[in-house]
Amino acid sequence: MATDSAGSKRRSKAKEPPMGRDALLKAYRDMLLIRRFEEKAGQLYGMGLIGGFCHLYIGQEAVVVGMQAALQPGDQVITSYRDHGHMLACGMEARGVMAELTGRIGGYSKGKGGSMHMFSREQGFYGGHGIVGAQVSLGTGLAFANWYRNDGRVALTYFGEGASNQGQVYESFNLAALFKLPVVFIIENNKYGMGTSVDRASASRDLSKNGSPWGIPGEQVDGMNVQSVHEAGRRAVAHCRAGNGPYLLEMKTYRYRGHSMSDPAKYRTREEVQKMREQHDCIETARADLLALGVAEAELKVIDEEVKAIVQDSADFAQTSPEPPESELWTDVLVEG
Amino acid sequence: MGVAILMPALSPTMTEGKLARWLKKEGERIKAGEVIAEIETDKATMEVEAVDEGVLTRILVPEGTENVQVNAPIAELDGGAAPAPSPAPTAVAPASAPALPAAPAAAAAEKDWGPTRTMTVREALRDAMAAEMRRDPDVFLIGEEVAQYQGAYKVSQGLLEEFGPKRVMDMPITEHGFAGMAVGAAFTGLKPIVEFMTFNFSMQAIDQIINSAAKTLYMSGGQLGCPIVFRGPNGAASRVAAQHSQCYASWYAHCPGLKVVAPWSAADAKGLLRAAIRDPNPVIVLENEILYGQSFEVPVDEEFILPIGRAKVERAGTDVTLVAFSIMVGMAMQAAEKLAEQGISAEVINLRSLRPLDTATIVESVKKTNRLVTLEEGWPYAGIGAEVAMRIMEHAFDHLDAPPMRVTGADVPMPYAANLEKLALPRLEQVIEAARAVTYR
Ligand SMILES: Cc1ncc(C[n+]2csc(CCOP(=O)(O)OP(=O)(O)O)c2C)c(N)n1
Ligand SMILES: [Mg+2]
Repeated sequence: MATDSAGSKRRSKAKEPPMGRDALLKAYRDMLLIRRFEEKAGQLYGMGLIGGFCHLYIGQEAVVVGMQAALQPGDQVITSYRDHGHMLACGMEARGVMAELTGRIGGYSKGKGGSMHMFSREQGFYGGHGIVGAQVSLGTGLAFANWYRNDGRVALTYFGEGASNQGQVYESFNLAALFKLPVVFIIENNKYGMGTSVDRASASRDLSKNGSPWGIPGEQVDGMNVQSVHEAGRRAVAHCRAGNGPYLLEMKTYRYRGHSMSDPAKYRTREEVQKMREQHDCIETARADLLALGVAEAELKVIDEEVKAIVQDSADFAQTSPEPPESELWTDVLVEG
Repeated sequence: MGVAILMPALSPTMTEGKLARWLKKEGERIKAGEVIAEIETDKATMEVEAVDEGVLTRILVPEGTENVQVNAPIAELDGGAAPAPSPAPTAVAPASAPALPAAPAAAAAEKDWGPTRTMTVREALRDAMAAEMRRDPDVFLIGEEVAQYQGAYKVSQGLLEEFGPKRVMDMPITEHGFAGMAVGAAFTGLKPIVEFMTFNFSMQAIDQIINSAAKTLYMSGGQLGCPIVFRGPNGAASRVAAQHSQCYASWYAHCPGLKVVAPWSAADAKGLLRAAIRDPNPVIVLENEILYGQSFEVPVDEEFILPIGRAKVERAGTDVTLVAFSIMVGMAMQAAEKLAEQGISAEVINLRSLRPLDTATIVESVKKTNRLVTLEEGWPYAGIGAEVAMRIMEHAFDHLDAPPMRVTGADVPMPYAANLEKLALPRLEQVIEAARAVTYR
């Protein structure tokens, strides 16, 4: 279902072909990689190898994987602190991400950024931001640069439904619409911002319409289904790339784990979490779709093994890579020379 | 009776200009609002409009004249000119600033509050809010996760149950909006306590804190006070990297119109927070996450409260004064212990209040020890230590036997890596080294 800026509904499913077999296989692999990576990160945290905050993406994998498949090289991605999945989806190496989590020199930020702050200009990943909502203006700025250079690139700007209430989000909506900037605003509505459910934080009942005063087209998307995400993502990206200005996607998704590592889990029931895991899991859904397409169990098994090996290698690397040298304390404050 | 037409100031900074052209001649009739002349400054050309109606009887400044002073008569309307207004009074030197008394008065001894019991800083803060909310129905608490979740760091535990959802309110993640809303409510006399999940996020709201809360009393000539408390954990937490680990003490202490307190012990926390809530001014209460779980003795007296603006000598000594606030007081106490073993007697001052700063207590101490070391987690540049040292320059320079030293956080954003984070924060050895250096041992 999509709503245009005027809020009227139209059926769009029939227009877009579903993801092909190969693309779906890749999506399955990428989602599985994120899932296994995050599980390993949780383990390393439990072993005291990761400190501070560590926000896992488990449950939400379809969002970033489906969107990434709609991008072209050169497009950019920016998100919040719940960023490990986005980095892997962007093609950043599991080793470098995991080593950043353990605060080692082999990490993407030489151990200086940690879980919430990693970047890769090469892969078009602009972080990794800890201040809720800040990345929305920054992502609008990435799109501004694309517009300025007229280079046909699109910026994906991810933020939570909690973040969607911040004032700068609406300032950004206005700027993006005013200057027709190529930015896809993606609200990852996982229903909770820490312990506050979306209906206790937002008077808006349909977040996909939050851009409508500025004429930003919006859609609600089943964020637990990678094919639905991909389909909506292609539409949104095409809209932006054609110079029509911003697009807003509200992804209905769910996080299975706590907000960060310590979470009292009193704000939702065990049954609610259980139900999402059992009935809506994005990886299970993709797996069933693949089997229905005639993909053999054995083929999926090979993917499972490959992913497992990547994650294990990243964990080994993250533990053997040394801590940054003490001289690193003083570097990178300003560009020298 | 005639009227003088004066050289107008067409911008706030203009003091003189060139009378470029007259558009009217002597004897002509002029209507109000008509353009009568053009003037030029180095920045622009502007038109002069007539304010009054009448006949232009005399042009006093011919066109082409340079450097015509603002407010000088340039023409007369309807014959005789009214007397030129007396020049605006020139600015007088500002009254001597009360923040820097020539000779700080000695502080009175701290009141003895009697029996105590052990409690954590977290409990003390909760009890302070509960006590003030019972006392005054205008006091309420807002912030992210303060109600149902009982506080992201469990400081507001039990408050929702006792005071209900109207006085303990969960806010969406909208710091700029809800801080501004609370300031507006405070303008009417309500007394909001605004919790920032951490002070890092107060940066989203700092405009409302400085431009609205701190300045409005002054801008309104004393009419519109803002009895509000902004509180939450400040300073370094563990392994949360640059955007979540920073001390804002010097940021807020910089601003007139605010009071800023930074409790260390549970007694500080309870006494200062109660005082902050009762204070008719905006008060910033800088708490510390790592201290929340630490236990201290707190007076049981129901009325226990501490004055804002008074430091506390936590440990008496004769050889060196260690000035600290918040979590660094603990480090200063540890350092004093170690220094005693080395035969150096350190006096530890817990500032408690950063604005106003208790200059008298620090000066008195330095007059005795003749040496000063300041401690803070924040960056050195324009930090609290810099201010304390300057106060000593102003009031006790002749008593110093060594240049003051400061122990601060490293002048870099907070790194995540465990080894670098340790190096970025003040360490006990550094305090001891500094104390030895100023005592030449
Ligand atoms: C400006 C700001 N305020 C508060 C916080 C603390 N905080 C971190 S995450 C979070 C919840 C955000 O929820 P949401 O945007 O829904 O993202 P999710 O964590 O669900 O991915 C809060 C309140 C912060 N980091 N920045
Ligand atoms: Mg959320």
